[in-house]
Amino acid sequence: MTAPLIEARALVRVYHSRQGLFGAARALRAVDGVSLAIAPGETLGLVGESGSGKSTTGRMVLGLEPPDAGSVHFAGEPLPPPGTPPWRALRARVQMIFQDPLGALDRRLTIADQIAEPLEIHRRGDQPARAERVRELMRQVGLSADHGARYPHELSGGQRQRAVLARALATAPEFLVCDEPVSALDVSIQAQVVNLLIDLQASLKLAMLFISHDLRVVRQVSARVAVMYLGRIVELGDADDLFATPAHPYTRALVSASPAPGRRSATRIVLAGDPPDPAARPSGCAFHPRCAHALPRCRGETPVLVNVAPGRSAACHLVTPAHAPIDAAA
Amino acid sequence: MAALVALKDLGVAFNGVTVLHGVDLQIARGEAIGVVGESGSGKSVTFLAALGLLPRSARVTGAVELDGANILGAPDAVLDRVRGRRVAMIFQDPASALNPVLTIRRQIGESLARHRGLTGQAIEREARRLLDLVGIADAPRRLSAYPHEFSGGQNQRIMIAMALAGSPDLLIADEPTTALDATIQAQILELIGRVRRETGMALVLISHDLGVVAENCERVAVMYAGRIVEEAPAAAVFAQPLHPYTEGLIGALPPIDGPRRRLTAIAGTVPDPKDMPSECAFAPRCNHAGPRCGAIPPLRAIAGARRLACVRHHEALPFIEAAE
Repeated sequence: MTAPLIEARALVRVYHSRQGLFGAARALRAVDGVSLAIAPGETLGLVGESGSGKSTTGRMVLGLEPPDAGSVHFAGEPLPPPGTPPWRALRARVQMIFQDPLGALDRRLTIADQIAEPLEIHRRGDQPARAERVRELMRQVGLSADHGARYPHELSGGQRQRAVLARALATAPEFLVCDEPVSALDVSIQAQVVNLLIDLQASLKLAMLFISHDLRVVRQVSARVAVMYLGRIVELGDADDLFATPAHPYTRALVSASPAPGRRSATRIVLAGDPPDPAARPSGCAFHPRCAHALPRCRGETPVLVNVAPGRSAACHLVTPAHAPIDAAA
Repeated sequence: MAALVALKDLGVAFNGVTVLHGVDLQIARGEAIGVVGESGSGKSVTFLAALGLLPRSARVTGAVELDGANILGAPDAVLDRVRGRRVAMIFQDPASALNPVLTIRRQIGESLARHRGLTGQAIEREARRLLDLVGIADAPRRLSAYPHEFSGGQNQRIMIAMALAGSPDLLIADEPTTALDATIQAQILELIGRVRRETGMALVLISHDLGVVAENCERVAVMYAGRIVEEAPAAAVFAQPLHPYTEGLIGALPPIDGPRRRLTAIAGTVPDPKDMPSECAFAPRCNHAGPRCGAIPPLRAIAGARRLACVRHHEALPFIEAAE
């Protein structure tokens, strides 16, 4: 693999919450030792249920939220501290889009003005050059020229997400974090935006971290996929391969819970219980209370993410005999 | 056998804008039927209108027959014996459907008192049995808890328990799992399936997710812009979608396994109800649209227990029969 564009090492993020007004503060490890690397032009998918820490990971990778432990390197350099001039310069090279495009857009500005904003902030080109760049961006995301004069509320959900995407691409970033970018859209519109993201990723050679709870959409856009459960990556591998032959029992349950036409519910693995509270993380493997295959040692010993096959790692005692050499397990 | 519920030419207009253009649908006893469509297709409005749950400003026309008797526009006294008792409904967001300041015991108890006429110890016994049935352990203690003490999946189970309190003949579930995580969605659908097997209750599952409907229903009705455009047995819809919109919806769904293919996105967006085309409502987005699509196509019965509203296939009917 070429040198990664973005590399996160052992990221940890702890939130403190109180239960009730006078309750004792509890530490909640939203992200608990996540490492990942994304090559230039590569898309890594990040899937998990609510509370798995996938969005927090995305924000830390961008430097929008400081990790409590661990580090993020961009193009070989550690991320500069937020708010400093080097950090602002970096913000032109990394961008993020979110689930709710209406919340991300300023209701009082026209679409063209919003797309031009990053160019003004980062002082790119003069007025005519900026106007030309805005027109080019709108063409790229499939908006017509007259959409530029409209306000966000005058566009449909799909068009708004295209506008958000055009604005994110304005400074020609090398890395884009997409957090549930199509979850709020109807199926037919979702397909339009997914196709657009795939095309732009390929033509602009963008590196992407694509965060979603929807396995089908993640597989469609990603080369590799990481599965998170309660703040940790439990499985990582090639997207097609990982969904075809999931190794971790949690990944298997997720894949089988993803509805697919033509498959009957008889083959579905139904997990018992709810995803546990991150503030009351089970001992050992966090998945063991819901795992049908759990052994006594899963309760006491936390499995680490190890290579289980070429290009595939998993954190499960059943997939890899503990402490066994990697090649023996493969 | 007569249908349990029959919607006949059901129409809804808000402030003079028609959003539902005459829906005909029959639900047989014990059957699971899926209603699929995007936002604004009218799938929720259809069933809210059928149960008289729309605001008074809505103008509802047509008929809704329950065991052959029309309940549309019936007095509240009649509807109160239908809603919750014969037909129950659950929604996407269980937390907002439950009362946050009442215990679960009070809320389930209210349903039991109202719909089954139970009192005192009988309520307690039945409430425990219902919580047990929907898979919430430690029922005696949990009945004293408030909605915020439960997770989203558990609240949806409680909603289902309340819906089952009246032993309804039909459960209408409007996007019951959309707000839930994938593994919890699987649990809830499994629960609804189990209850149906045990009680013989019919189900209307309203969803934007074709996959969810395909896995849990025997029959599927696809809605677009306030009309049913295709209705068929679930397996047939996926094996051989006939309406171009159904075909587009299936093509827009990324596969979870097998080779990746480019998604076939449907161009454009759903028409605004205030500005509905006078032709087939899907024609502006349809790859096959031609001069014959100028009139709104009727929903016609075709071979294979299917119904279809598309001129292109109506003309090719012999072909469809030959393909059977």
